[in-house]
Amino acid sequence: MDRTGLLWMLRQMLLARTFEEAAAREYATGSISGFLHLYPGEEAVAVGVLHAAEPGDHVVSTYREHVHALVRGLPAREIMAELMGKKAGVSAGMGGSMHLFSREHRFLGGVAIVGETFPLAIGAAYAVAYRRLPEAVICFFGDGAVNQGTFHESLNMAALWKLPVLFVCENNRYQIGTEIHRHSAVVEVYRRACAYGIPAVRENGMDVLAVHGAARRALERVRAGDGPQLLELETYRYRGHSMADSGAYRPAGEVEAYRARDPIQFLESGLSGSLEGHWQAACPGPDCIASFGEYCRTQGHLEGDCFTRLEQETVQEVQEALEFARQAPAPDLQDAWAAFRCNRRGERFFGREPT
Amino acid sequence: MTGLLYWQALHRALDLEMDSDDSVLVLGEDVGLFGGTYRVTEGLMAKYGEWRVRDTPISENSFTGLGVGAAMLGLRPVVEIMTVNFALLALDALINMAAKIPFMSGGQFPMALTVRMPGGVARQLGAQHSQRLEHTLMNVPGLRMVVPSTPQDAFWQLRQAIRSDDPLIVLEHELLYFRKGPVDETLPPPPLHQAKTVREGQTLTCIAYSRMVEVALEAAGILAGMGIGMEVIDLRSLSPVDWETCQGSVQKTHRCLVVEEDCVFAGAGAELAATLQERCFYFLDAPVRRVGGINLPTPFSPDLEAASIPRPDTVVQAARNLVSGSGNLR
Repeated sequence: MDRTGLLWMLRQMLLARTFEEAAAREYATGSISGFLHLYPGEEAVAVGVLHAAEPGDHVVSTYREHVHALVRGLPAREIMAELMGKKAGVSAGMGGSMHLFSREHRFLGGVAIVGETFPLAIGAAYAVAYRRLPEAVICFFGDGAVNQGTFHESLNMAALWKLPVLFVCENNRYQIGTEIHRHSAVVEVYRRACAYGIPAVRENGMDVLAVHGAARRALERVRAGDGPQLLELETYRYRGHSMADSGAYRPAGEVEAYRARDPIQFLESGLSGSLEGHWQAACPGPDCIASFGEYCRTQGHLEGDCFTRLEQETVQEVQEALEFARQAPAPDLQDAWAAFRCNRRGERFFGREPT
Repeated sequence: MTGLLYWQALHRALDLEMDSDDSVLVLGEDVGLFGGTYRVTEGLMAKYGEWRVRDTPISENSFTGLGVGAAMLGLRPVVEIMTVNFALLALDALINMAAKIPFMSGGQFPMALTVRMPGGVARQLGAQHSQRLEHTLMNVPGLRMVVPSTPQDAFWQLRQAIRSDDPLIVLEHELLYFRKGPVDETLPPPPLHQAKTVREGQTLTCIAYSRMVEVALEAAGILAGMGIGMEVIDLRSLSPVDWETCQGSVQKTHRCLVVEEDCVFAGAGAELAATLQERCFYFLDAPVRRVGGINLPTPFSPDLEAASIPRPDTVVQAARNLVSGSGNLR
């Protein structure tokens, strides 16, 4: 990949983390409330996958979707405004953190019932195939979603009709507080795809280049008409499930092991002594941003204070987004009714009412 | 004007809409090769091909959700759910997705989804195949629901539902599919949600929908012989409700009887009775009364099954009690 592509990905990852940490601070001060599910730790997944997407592709995501939206190109200021429930938000303040939408960016949500992304994605893919368009649908989901019936129902239909959809599992090993060994009989998500004859691979979700390469190859197959593909990306969230969750169910040292710049050194330092069970330290870090920054530096793309300047740029962008969102007006009830009636096109229900 | 069976009227509506708009597609269990369990999609796959008439696996939630996703991209899917009993498995797609996404996105996405399903008590299908679901779906802002009772309305309302950009439920009735009636394809249809006065009367107003319109009309005939003029309103739509037509009639007759096949407790009739009481209180000579299904899973045994839902004689008795101001109504 060329320098422009590499630095774009690094900047997106930095922007994502800065944005989410800012959202956490706003939540603490009360200007964002409700449910807030943050992404730090998983940035390589959204950035690697979506850098492989074309503008004509469609993206379906979950309730942990701020970063998918950001990377897809929805403006940071409009996402932040949505988090604060403002009229200038991407969903006009009607959706909130878990319901970011943009028809312009072909971003189909922001759906917050676990397992809902699957039928929505195969529906979009059905429409693409129906119109014989050269587009793909990218469907994000977590490891917790694979035990919903919709996962199996939708994979079956996608395979049956060779729908152009890429299923992307962000396996962060926790469905809220239940670790994957306690919620799944088969913990390798990619292996489940073989039940439907769907090609699937597992990749290190902390390595943005590996993610990007896998996504690019899978999307090539989707576009070639080979039907659905599945990617399992092993990743980790540093924070709890939502702001209401301290993550206390995780073994001591596990988060630090993933966050560490050099996980091997971290493990050797003995801090992981409290980890129990063979899997718990199986795939620690390094932190995706730290390691990718290191890679860019060794390739000669981060000369001088380039990394710091990138960081400062993203801090500036998030600061502007915050100021925009704070000052934006709230929607009123008329705005709500307008959203509710968006598809009415002057249709008269009883023939008496004014249009 | 031709005489058509109810299912033939639905079939004709689908055929015309599919012919005139290539964004209309049909999907559901056995809608293709088999032709639909009530024949509604008969021959459409041969005419329009597999991509437009899609046989699905038995995965109600996901194929209904597929319709939602396809509608977001501008298609006009007509999803057939074999019966409302199976739609219980698709409530996530209907309530959490179809009803919410246009609103939650701030008004960005179309949702020209039509979901057809028959409900109601048929003949000895047992408690799992005899249910009504209107109470649940009426309570969901963002879903609209029509309940055609005649072949003509089935023809009109399905066509209008397909053309609407809002999600619409067309609630059919298993016992109506083989009813025959005139269908005029040239007449301009009335507004989709407008109620219709199907029999005039001066003594009391009876509000009914779907198959209960037949029951109400039969009762009205018996009551006429007793000198009681029962006006019958076919609601045609449960969401939204045409309150003005109902109110106009109740203000004329001063008495109102609501007939529903669904269980009376917390059913559609409860909403109708409560709102009409609020709107018409000072015009009423007696409280609004309801006749409906008893609060019991539908029994299999034929006499018990028949006794579990309103019949013409129970409607007659309720109307007489309402008019005389006496007697136990249930």
